[in-house]
Amino acid sequence: MPYPTDRKYTKEHEWIQANGNSAAVGITDYAQQSLGDIVFFEAPKVGSELTAGKTFGTVESVKAVSDLFAPASGTVTEINGDLATSPENVNKDPHGSWMLKMTLKNPGELDALLSAADYEKFVAEEAGH
Amino acid sequence: MSAVEATPTVRKTALNAVHRQMGAKMVEFNGWDMPVEYPASIGCGIINEHMAVRTAVGIFDVSHMGDIRLAGPQALAAVQHISMNDASRLAIGQAQYSALLYPKGTFVDDVVVHRLGEEDYLLVINAGTREKDFNWVRDNTRQFDCVVENLSDDFTQIAIQGPKAVKLLQKLTDADLSTVKFYWVTRGKMCGLPNILMGRTGYTAEDGFEIYIPSDEATSARVWYEILEAGKEFGVLPCGLGARNTLRLEGKLPLYGHEISDTINVWEAGLDRFCKMEKPEFVGRAALEQAKAAGVKRSLVGLEMTERGIARDGYKVLDSDGRAIGYVTSGSPAPFLKKNIALAYVPTELAAVGTPVKVEIRGQGAGAVVVPTPFYKRPKK
Repeated sequence: MPYPTDRKYTKEHEWIQANGNSAAVGITDYAQQSLGDIVFFEAPKVGSELTAGKTFGTVESVKAVSDLFAPASGTVTEINGDLATSPENVNKDPHGSWMLKMTLKNPGELDALLSAADYEKFVAEEAGH
Repeated sequence: MSAVEATPTVRKTALNAVHRQMGAKMVEFNGWDMPVEYPASIGCGIINEHMAVRTAVGIFDVSHMGDIRLAGPQALAAVQHISMNDASRLAIGQAQYSALLYPKGTFVDDVVVHRLGEEDYLLVINAGTREKDFNWVRDNTRQFDCVVENLSDDFTQIAIQGPKAVKLLQKLTDADLSTVKFYWVTRGKMCGLPNILMGRTGYTAEDGFEIYIPSDEATSARVWYEILEAGKEFGVLPCGLGARNTLRLEGKLPLYGHEISDTINVWEAGLDRFCKMEKPEFVGRAALEQAKAAGVKRSLVGLEMTERGIARDGYKVLDSDGRAIGYVTSGSPAPFLKKNIALAYVPTELAAVGTPVKVEIRGQGAGAVVVPTPFYKRPKK
């Protein structure tokens, strides 16, 4: 699956798609493949503050619990309700399934994140291809 | 993740290359490089594999398990000494679930005892305990006139499990499987191989067989692919350790190191019905008698989450006031039941069905309740 160029990526396998001062956040195809069948999300509450690089919740597959790391700093404005009822949607369409929306405290933070091309390279190294 | 190479000290089954060829995600399990699940691109993944076994058929490479043979004039006496169940009840071709115990009544391992001949017994044991069990069996049966052989490396063992499992295997063997009752074995030509041992046993709480074929890579691969080909019409899927664990958990089948171990006794684990105290002697009997008289302090129970959250291995169990009272031995989402379930040790006085408890998940207590087990029982035909 090619990585969409309309967003940035982190080394923790999340994507962030900015639209002015707000952004949508999700996990990448590499992440959903590594996790396997996703069964549970522990999401932050609307209104909570996220700090870039810090954990803000967890995603669980049948076998394991994985931390989610905030790609940028800001305030959570919306949580995707589908996550509670149909977490498997993230396996089926990881780049189309957003987990949360947020207002960005410092949109400039995204400049330091990986482009689609850089993330693809990073993933290729991780997977040892 | 499937491209990660196993370290040199990790062991591989004869089917290792096949699993990697099929794109399985590999994991180290008790010193073995094993498939945890197969790829979504071939319709697999833990949930699909689990559902295949519950509704159709799935196959597992279980060659990592061990095999110990006891044969000779006093083979039965030897088995009776080290195994807590009563092997004298076994007809030739019959098998039973049992356990090997330490003198203090705790578990060396659980085991399926098969009677293969007049004086010929096969113990099938866990992967992680191969060497420990063999040494234990050999050291505790020296006084009996029988040979003790470690046959673990001689077999590739494949489990074929699910409501369509018998139909699938029947296509590949001349043995009449309809005459083989659950927990009995037979021998027959299978995939062109003569005299293959096939037991109607398994670890999935479904009908099915486990077959023991020669352990060379070529034969193992050929048979594995022939089973998958023959199973296409039934919707067969290759299944890994991920589904193996969720299947056995739904069926409340114990896993060594979790529900049973060298610090847990037979009564605590609730395995009374496999422990024949009417046998005058077996290793651990005296301690078990004392333990029963002293009262069983903790018991293994089934839990179902009543609030959001997944209970996992090692999580604390709390009473409704938030005090730690026990721990989860195995916990996971249950793909067929569509609930989050767990097995846990709690004080015996809190083990009644319906008792509300909490499971500590990342510092917070999430509600759960003690439920009857097994969580899943296969429908009667």
